[in-house]
Amino acid sequence: MENLESILAEHPFFQGLKEDHLNLIVGCASNVRFDAGKYILREGEEANTFYLLRFGKVALELVTPNKGAIIIETLDQGDILGWSWLIPPYMWRFDAKAIELTRAIAIDGKCLRRKVEADHDLGYEIMKRFSELLSKRFEATRFQLLDMYGNRP
Amino acid sequence: MATVPEVRSEATAEAVNPMNPDPFVIRRVKRETEDTFTVELEPQGAQKDFRFAPGQFNMIYVYGVGEIPISISGDPADTKRLVHTTRAVGTVTKAMDKLRRGDVLGIRGPYGIPWPIDKAMGQDVVFVAGGIGLAPLRPALYHVVTHRERFGKVVLLYGTRSPADILFREELENWRARFDLDVYVTVDRAMSGWKGNVGVVTNMIPKAPFDPRNAVAMVCGPEVMMRFTASELLKRGVDQNSIYVSMERNMKCGIGLCGHCQFGPVFICKDGPVFPYPQIKDMLLKWEI
Repeated sequence: MENLESILAEHPFFQGLKEDHLNLIVGCASNVRFDAGKYILREGEEANTFYLLRFGKVALELVTPNKGAIIIETLDQGDILGWSWLIPPYMWRFDAKAIELTRAIAIDGKCLRRKVEADHDLGYEIMKRFSELLSKRFEATRFQLLDMYGNRP
Repeated sequence: MATVPEVRSEATAEAVNPMNPDPFVIRRVKRETEDTFTVELEPQGAQKDFRFAPGQFNMIYVYGVGEIPISISGDPADTKRLVHTTRAVGTVTKAMDKLRRGDVLGIRGPYGIPWPIDKAMGQDVVFVAGGIGLAPLRPALYHVVTHRERFGKVVLLYGTRSPADILFREELENWRARFDLDVYVTVDRAMSGWKGNVGVVTNMIPKAPFDPRNAVAMVCGPEVMMRFTASELLKRGVDQNSIYVSMERNMKCGIGLCGHCQFGPVFICKDGPVFPYPQIKDMLLKWEI
């Protein structure tokens, strides 16, 4: 049976991480599941968790006046959900809703923040990984803003 | 209704002139999305087969309006029916959008270098399409599906603007239902309630089920999308010589005479529209070309 340690070790996001660092993260991790339709996080609420999605699909939504909720991105198996736990003021910027039954590993952000303050090597590893994730999301957002399919290829 | 000159019956010399269009009758017009439509055509007069290779295009003449290049979007095995899919965005395509069954279009072609189907045999095939870019890839998909046993894994990654802009929806759903095809669709934006993927098409490349060391990728869409797609494919480990892109420029003659479609040292109509990525990758970064 897979334990949390082996699941985290095999996840691409934590690839190459030292064993003692991985053990520190495992201490903040737990298994969670969300039924389809359930909100995992809500814009404006305190951000104290991030999720390694193992199964299912999650929609990141933004509510706009007169239009309702717009899905700006979907995440699925292998993706990371949530980065606001790392950056003050630790508030969610979007809603995230499970659009299918979703299973994930939840990492307690408060717990991990304490650990990275105490161990800056771990902190640097975490920052490197989240910087890459953020840069990919940023690039994808720019791409979407181009509305490139609005014109001929 | 478009009018058409008399069908040329005896002008043998004229028949071989590549600048003379042949009249084709519209047999069916199908609305694909709000601004995109498909026309199915048959040659007027003497019944003859129309043969083409996936990725080739025709010059389409709307009589009295103008002539434009449009990729063929039909099945290459169906030699009786010529199929084109396009968006109504310019003068000619808007006029074309008004035509109905029985109207006539002038056709010159087929022209251009096709997709590298032979090279893909025995390998995994990855199709990456953006928006209307799915239309020039569809003949290659038909061919691969018809001869499925000749290829390894077959993956289609398709990105478009919104759920309402998904092209060939019924066909995509049928292909996705097959056990031997992997079809993934994503849209740039959707309202809450959409159960499919939202995000850019390049996001799907890292997870797509193919062996990058044994794959041929065929990419068609807006240039910026093709650039980023090629970059993700390279990152995944696909050899740059196995990446092919289909370019579009202002083609006028279609046969490399007029120079309108010059792209650096090549003519898109004659040397393309399908190019191996290494041949044009540097030019994709020069907006002046």
